[in-house]
Amino acid sequence: MSDLSSRKLSRRKLITTGLAATAGAAGLGLAAHLAQKYGLVPPDHRGIYGLGETLTYASQRLLTRHSLAREFSSSQISKPPFANQIEPLTDEFKRLQAGGFAEWRLSVNGMVARPSSFSLDQLKSYPSHTQITMLQCEEGWSYIAEWVGVPLSRVLDVVGVLPQAKYVVYFSMEPDTWDSIDMADALHSQTFLTYGMNGHELPVGHGGPLRMRLPRQLGYKNVKFITQLTVTDDLKKFGKGLGAAAPEFGYAWYAGI
Amino acid sequence: MAELESLGAPLATSVPASASSVPATTVTPRHSLFVRVTHWITTLCFFALLVTGAELVISHPRFYWGETGNDSTTPLFKLHIPSSRSLVPSGYSYVLPDQNGWSRYLHFQSAWIVFLTGLLYVISLFFSGRLRKNLFPRRADLSWRAFSSSIADHLRFKRPNVAETWSYNLLQQLAYLFVIFVLFPLVIWTGLAMSPAFVSAFPLTVTSLGGQQSARTLHFFVSLALLLFLLVHVAMVFLAGFTSRMRAMITGRPGTPTERT
Repeated sequence: MSDLSSRKLSRRKLITTGLAATAGAAGLGLAAHLAQKYGLVPPDHRGIYGLGETLTYASQRLLTRHSLAREFSSSQISKPPFANQIEPLTDEFKRLQAGGFAEWRLSVNGMVARPSSFSLDQLKSYPSHTQITMLQCEEGWSYIAEWVGVPLSRVLDVVGVLPQAKYVVYFSMEPDTWDSIDMADALHSQTFLTYGMNGHELPVGHGGPLRMRLPRQLGYKNVKFITQLTVTDDLKKFGKGLGAAAPEFGYAWYAGI
Repeated sequence: MAELESLGAPLATSVPASASSVPATTVTPRHSLFVRVTHWITTLCFFALLVTGAELVISHPRFYWGETGNDSTTPLFKLHIPSSRSLVPSGYSYVLPDQNGWSRYLHFQSAWIVFLTGLLYVISLFFSGRLRKNLFPRRADLSWRAFSSSIADHLRFKRPNVAETWSYNLLQQLAYLFVIFVLFPLVIWTGLAMSPAFVSAFPLTVTSLGGQQSARTLHFFVSLALLLFLLVHVAMVFLAGFTSRMRAMITGRPGTPTERT
């Protein structure tokens, strides 16, 4: 092969490689723009793990916007009592517990037409819903239980979510414990504010009197002792701007995997 | 053996000693640039998946069969290692540091990269003809005699001949086909079957395996099979000649045939 033809070949290769790289960069740019526009970018998309996180959240959001978590028969409910780790309860919690949680309040604010505060009795006055679903811990263990509660979408209906809302941030009575979900999860029919479990009041060990239940995400998104919901269009205003307390401790915001 | 030699692409002796004086396009590499790049991306991702996977297991070193399993149910088996979580009855008096946060991030990111890389690799395998040419057993090898002699060669740790620098032997082909078309798809499937959101859209992924905990247990065993492949693969590279095989996979040129490790 002569020098000339090999040089031609390398020039052609250079041009095609250049074109492919340009097309690739433009494609990536367009993909990023579309992903941002359609809410496919998680709040913890920065940093070295942002690529994997964004691919997971975007693809699962596209595939699972309306899909329902698997429901089980009552015979599949896990029978033996299982270990469940909770932080030591605060004095304020113990005071409310002593009063039978009659003074427990769920306040809802942010981008809503009618900011409100609900007692547990008020929440229970809405038609209750039941699901027999699995709770999976990121550690690897799991159990199936019957959960009773009011769909979060019902409460959001009552307060009137403004159209520009994108996320619901939820806060626990446990210090520094909060999380958030996008509107697809917030309005999903299986997302409950749970107050009952396996035919009883929701035990404190499982997050009673009020726990966020998201059967399509891992246990740690199912925050216990819910006292406040804030509807927002911008998660940067909360904490370190990563959408939840979990990413501040190194755990992913989206936990559908 | 003569047949094998005639199959060997350009014979190694035709490679000029000082390759730098000749344009690279005139020499057919043992492994194309695409194969070399995808090989090393896969290697990096595999190590990341292995380390983080092991890290995730120690947070609950118990395995179950069926849909659910936790500390108060009977495990199928457990690993007798300390745990990174205090509530797991590990039998050890201490708890290892919890590293699950970054391990999960890195596990899934590596899974994405190796999945996309593998997808490109398999597509190119079909379209380049390499599947038929390199990985499908040759007609002459498809006999019990050839199969048993290949096994005997491996059991005797016989060093491969020169021609094998340019081709794969029967056991090698079967191992690669098994990893590419059985183990990798299985490890992806069992991994996805553990995702609560993924199975909400595709419940058959997990029900066909017998439940979410079954999927976790199977994922563990498929990972062990992949680890076993890695160990044998690396052992074979050493046996065949570490320098020549590594050079072939890094630069594309295996080097002179007489070279010893």
